[in-house]
Amino acid sequence: MLRLTDVHLAYGHVHALKGVSLAVAAGEIVTLIGANGAGKSSTLKAISALHPLRSGAIEFAGEAIHALPPHQVVARGVSHCPEGRRIFYDLSVRENLLMGGYLLGKKELEERLAAVLDLFPRLRERLAQAGGTLSGGEQQMLAIARALMCNPRLLMLDEPSLGLAPLMVEKIFETVLSLKKGGLTVLLVEQNAGAALAVSDRAYVLETGRVTLAGDSASLARDERVVKAYLGG
Amino acid sequence: MFLQHLLNGITIGGSYALIALGYTLVYGVLKLINFAHGEIYMIGAYLGFILVSLLPALPPFFQGHLLFFLLIVFLVAAGLCALYGFYLEKVCYRPLRQAPKLTPLISALGASIFFQNFVMLTMGAKDRIFPQTVGMTTYTVAGVTGTPLQLAIILSSVFLMALLWWFINRTRLGVAIKATSTDPLMASLLGINVDTVISVTFMAGSFLAACAGVMIGLYYGTINFTLGYLGGIKAFTAAVLGGIGNVPGAMVGGFLLGIIEALGAGYFSAEYKDVYAFFILIAVLVLRPAGLLGKGVHERA
Ligand SMILES: Nc1ncnc2c1ncn2[C@@H]1O[C@H](COP(=O)(O)OP(=O)(O)OP(=O)(O)O)[C@@H](O)[C@H]1O
Ligand SMILES: [Mg+2]
Repeated sequence: MLRLTDVHLAYGHVHALKGVSLAVAAGEIVTLIGANGAGKSSTLKAISALHPLRSGAIEFAGEAIHALPPHQVVARGVSHCPEGRRIFYDLSVRENLLMGGYLLGKKELEERLAAVLDLFPRLRERLAQAGGTLSGGEQQMLAIARALMCNPRLLMLDEPSLGLAPLMVEKIFETVLSLKKGGLTVLLVEQNAGAALAVSDRAYVLETGRVTLAGDSASLARDERVVKAYLGG
Repeated sequence: MFLQHLLNGITIGGSYALIALGYTLVYGVLKLINFAHGEIYMIGAYLGFILVSLLPALPPFFQGHLLFFLLIVFLVAAGLCALYGFYLEKVCYRPLRQAPKLTPLISALGASIFFQNFVMLTMGAKDRIFPQTVGMTTYTVAGVTGTPLQLAIILSSVFLMALLWWFINRTRLGVAIKATSTDPLMASLLGINVDTVISVTFMAGSFLAACAGVMIGLYYGTINFTLGYLGGIKAFTAAVLGGIGNVPGAMVGGFLLGIIEALGAGYFSAEYKDVYAFFILIAVLVLRPAGLLGKGVHERA
């Protein structure tokens, strides 16, 4: 469904991605793990066109998407929930969600809003509240809910568990699993490698802008290099 | 006396508020002061002048339905100025989106000088007198003297502000302006075409400024090609006073500035009328840079 081929990306002189190739098939949960600065977020930014590629190709559903502007990548069904949540603090929860469904028709928008609120009932009680007044966990729910509003085919989550209490982390990963059951494809970036490997089908390990290991999550979780570097073994 | 000054202040303050909204909206989405904005207001006034001057040549129907005629004047002038705002952004700002902060500022000053001189060359450097359209009958209620025009100006300003409020809070495109102001990259990740939002913002601000231009022309009766300079700075002051980037702030700041000016002119000295705005601008920048309704700089980060 998604395929990156030899993607290079640079911020000025910082060469963040040095030939990343990876693939995500429909219905899978795929995890990217890696240390700080390995290039995980840069990979997602490359896919959602937040940053131009230096070279390489990105294909989604059979179409090259690396030359499109970000809003057109979303229109193709790729939704990116970036690190740091980035909810609109001054906007109400409802307005945040409506912005997530910016590309939908009026009727579709209402249906989607109802479906997303069923997934996160807590947000329903907070609809009129400003996004900035929510707790950290609620903000993360809102960020995911907003990313789901456009009814994406591929959801990319960048460190959804960062800074959350264990109970909330569990809830977030449960949600990801239930989304997969509903047929959604997920590309997950996580520092919390243990939990991410537990929910995902396959994983890639990134080190300084390169893919160094790839495989199914269960065997990577047993791989001694992974255990040593990312699972605190 | 106080109420009289207050009425005059509110009349003029409404226009300041309408222009200030353009500064604040554009600052919101681009974090840039559109210093060519005052010229849009001036061009709005001139378009109003040209259109109102056409009245004697029009079929008698329009002379009989003056309110309808003025509505058309407003719509045409504001519509043309909205186009002007659209192209101003496309030509003067968009190519400089990635340039250092100072570059678009210079581009804005260039546009400003260009349009002042364009209007001077085509319309003349002399003051232009608005043809008398609306009767200047005055009414005195409880010691306060006003004209129907004055009332119409106040009501139109309030109506236009209500319209803007509805647009940015109740329509999808309007909420997208707010979202883009907070975080343009995030907005683009949700499918919002940020370029479109920026264009719409310029058009909305220009529409309001043109309406203010026509109002001021009708109210004072004379206009000049330098109108945009002083009007622009005053409205900018109003926007800073309320908190740049803050929509209700621009409304409050505009009315407040109009009232302060009118009171200052009434109680101290009318000659110094234009000085009060500058005085306020300096005072706000020194004492409360974030403005009355603005947030502290630390919260914005
Ligand atoms: N906007 C930027 N400008 C310059 N350098 C950047 C920028 N964003 C990221 N980098 C650099 O690119 C490299 C990869 O960053 P990236 O954010 O992709 O890492 P990451 O794997 O997501 O790390 P983290 O776990 O800390 O989020 C790092 O060296 C980082 O310093
Ligand atoms: Mg990251």
